[in-house]
Amino acid sequence: MAAPGPVPLRLRALEELGRASLHALAALGLGAHLLVDSLLWLLLGSRRGQTVRPASVFSEMVQIGVRAIPIASLLAGTLGVMLAIQGIYQLRRFGAEEQVVIGVAFGMVREFAPLITGILVAGRSGSALAARLATMTISQEVDALRVMGINPVRFLVAPSLFAMLLVLPALVVWSDLVSLFAAGLYVGGELGMTLQAFFVQTLDLLTPDDVMHGVWKSVIFAVLVTLIGIVDGSAVTGGAEGVGRATTNSVVHGISAIVLTDMLFAFATTR
Amino acid sequence: MTRTPDRDADRSAPVVEVHDLVAHYGRREILHGVSFSVQRGEIMVIMGGSGSGKSTLLRHLLGLERPSAGSIRILGQEITRMGDLELYALSRRFGVAFQGGALFSSMTVGENVMLPLREHTRLDRETMKIMMRLKLEVVNLAGFEELMPSELSGGMVKRAAFARAIIMDPVILFCDEPSAGLDPVVSSALDDLILRLRDALGMTIVVVTHELESAFRIADRITVLDGGEILAVGRVAEVRESPNPRIQNLLQRRFEEEAIDPDAYLARLTGEEARRS
Repeated sequence: MAAPGPVPLRLRALEELGRASLHALAALGLGAHLLVDSLLWLLLGSRRGQTVRPASVFSEMVQIGVRAIPIASLLAGTLGVMLAIQGIYQLRRFGAEEQVVIGVAFGMVREFAPLITGILVAGRSGSALAARLATMTISQEVDALRVMGINPVRFLVAPSLFAMLLVLPALVVWSDLVSLFAAGLYVGGELGMTLQAFFVQTLDLLTPDDVMHGVWKSVIFAVLVTLIGIVDGSAVTGGAEGVGRATTNSVVHGISAIVLTDMLFAFATTR
Repeated sequence: MTRTPDRDADRSAPVVEVHDLVAHYGRREILHGVSFSVQRGEIMVIMGGSGSGKSTLLRHLLGLERPSAGSIRILGQEITRMGDLELYALSRRFGVAFQGGALFSSMTVGENVMLPLREHTRLDRETMKIMMRLKLEVVNLAGFEELMPSELSGGMVKRAAFARAIIMDPVILFCDEPSAGLDPVVSSALDDLILRLRDALGMTIVVVTHELESAFRIADRITVLDGGEILAVGRVAEVRESPNPRIQNLLQRRFEEEAIDPDAYLARLTGEEARRS
């Protein structure tokens, strides 16, 4: 069907914007639906004869959490040292290098440990989830589940979501510890402060609320990463190229969502 | 396993009944009012070329898509307005062998075949394993249970998919393009398997295919689908000898060529169609 005439560029841009907004809205709706549906299956699955299997939750936990410990430790430790370096550099202007503990403790626990762990998990597990969902959709495995009478949300989404909710906060607490430890070692070398003194000061400064600030954020990140991975993965079209696109989308969307939410959360709870 | 109540009920009632089925993808109408039925214990082949709507029809029969209009009754139950849970319950009584097998790549062949048992029954693991090996024997894949799907050949993947499809002893078996992409020897072995399942287990089998030879070999009856319409439903001989020219075209693999207007053809090639006055 040939268009009656060239569409003005402005109109086309508007149309494109409208279409993109509709897509985004539909994706948000699907995400919300999946979240509610997964929670329902977790709670009521066994009554409907469709239990969410502990074994599949456990294997997801190993995949998302345990296997991520080395890289999470490396990144958190590096960030801790980085924050210490920059902190000492800034505070030297006031001759207050000793105060670096404040910056490192609050900065890591409230902000950077959850952020870097969230980004890591989005890149590592959110993308894996999207790739798996996309491949399974293309090879009709999702259809196969449905015609076998197995609800795909219960079988694929709920275990990942549950595992992510359990594991991501734990990873964040671990990252807190590792980053403080690494920063402590560095500060010790630089300022002659013992590790013990560093930790005593840190524990004096931090309240449970500060730790929970990071942990609650990570709970939100867990939901975001899982749902974005699933929504992007199941939106796959085309073959192998489509899987690649879906995977890339999930990483970009996941990291953007994490950074944005992080700021909003801090804005809403910290001022 | 629970006995399904209708097995003992009226055995002459059709197992699948489709009435005036209309289906759309977006705004495009794919099926324009399709009606046919499948009797108990027969092999019904739904035959058509690509774009005929046969895959769409199958997806509707399986409850994967909802039609725009019309009715689909499977084992006497209307599935077009069924809730998800009811549909899951019903789908335990039919098996599906997908075109590409759709085996779960993260599980071994044996785990794939056992999955429906694991999800829907409370049998102990040993019993499940025995049933799984039994079905692998039926499809001539004994001894392959520990392999991953990626380690199987194309024909073996399809046979494993058959084993998974029949693990719950379904009343109906749906097969999507069983012989597509296979060499003639393997494909005729699959045809034999389908015939054996009907004869030995009394299954009702619905096969969707574009392969004429395979269709004529296994079918009790054939439904010919073309352009979203049913051209004929009948026994193999009836379809073969049908006077309908569209059916004869399909059987002889002739394309319906459009009359070519040289000017229009040239315009299409140069992309000047829109500009012509």
